[in-house]
Amino acid sequence: MWRALLEPWPWYVAGPLIGLTIPLMLLLGGKNLGISSSFRHLCAALLPKSGLAYLRDYGWRKESWNLFFVAGLVLGGILATRLLTAHPTPLLPPGIHTVTGALQLLGGGILIGFGTRWAQGCTSGHSIMGLSNLQKASLVATLAFFAGGLTAALIHTLLGLGGRHG
Amino acid sequence: MGRLKFLLLGTYFGIVLTKAQVISWYKIRNMFFFREPDLYLIIGSGVLVGALSVFLIKRLGLRTAEGEPVNIPGKVLNRGTWAGGFLFGLGWFITGTCPGPIYAQLGSGELWAIFTLVGALLGAYFYALLKPKIG
Repeated sequence: MWRALLEPWPWYVAGPLIGLTIPLMLLLGGKNLGISSSFRHLCAALLPKSGLAYLRDYGWRKESWNLFFVAGLVLGGILATRLLTAHPTPLLPPGIHTVTGALQLLGGGILIGFGTRWAQGCTSGHSIMGLSNLQKASLVATLAFFAGGLTAALIHTLLGLGGRHG
Repeated sequence: MGRLKFLLLGTYFGIVLTKAQVISWYKIRNMFFFREPDLYLIIGSGVLVGALSVFLIKRLGLRTAEGEPVNIPGKVLNRGTWAGGFLFGLGWFITGTCPGPIYAQLGSGELWAIFTLVGALLGAYFYALLKPKIG
């Protein structure tokens, strides 16, 4: 049992445990699961004098639970990797640890931040929380997430980039 | 307790995301290239459990630990839902990472994820700049 815990958890264990985050957040925290709002939060906290309505109108002091939650995500990553993993494997391909790779992550990150804020949610807020609440906007958003990802995969294949980092 | 409970809830979510390998670039690429069904099954079973929970919470009229009614504000469907969603999808493929896993990758010691995080903050800032024009 303990040994199995140290291996990657199979989908039928991991998926339901991810789903359980929804009622845990609703009942224990009184909040809807969502991560990408933390980007708005951090921007609002880091740039208090930006003068931009989107950041100014966000009460980041009042919504500080958000920051505690993402700090927990970091802590969860530490604990899972240090205590619950027998054989840690790389999370990003080795080829990404270069200047080009850093720019790739930065550029993709910009798309993630811009896109999730425009869509008002990410895989957590829309694809898990929103779909669990049977919201139409979340269905559209999830289909759009996959349309974007699959389009990128198609372009990647057509350009023959497959060998680079898998 | 107060805000500390969100640290614990986040820790739970971070452990599960890490052990599900959702924070691995390789799993994301395998999903988009249809090399393995794992991530589709994870999202599917997660939504199933989530939907059942939301249904029961509403049906039984459950309240939060603080005795408040459970509030699930709906999200507006507009141009940003699909256009922003599509842009995020591109970024999801390019970085092999979505928002939650960025933080869990940092915790797991993959420090290069800091570039993804800085990018995401820049992206959110660009959105704040453009919001008056694009909605």
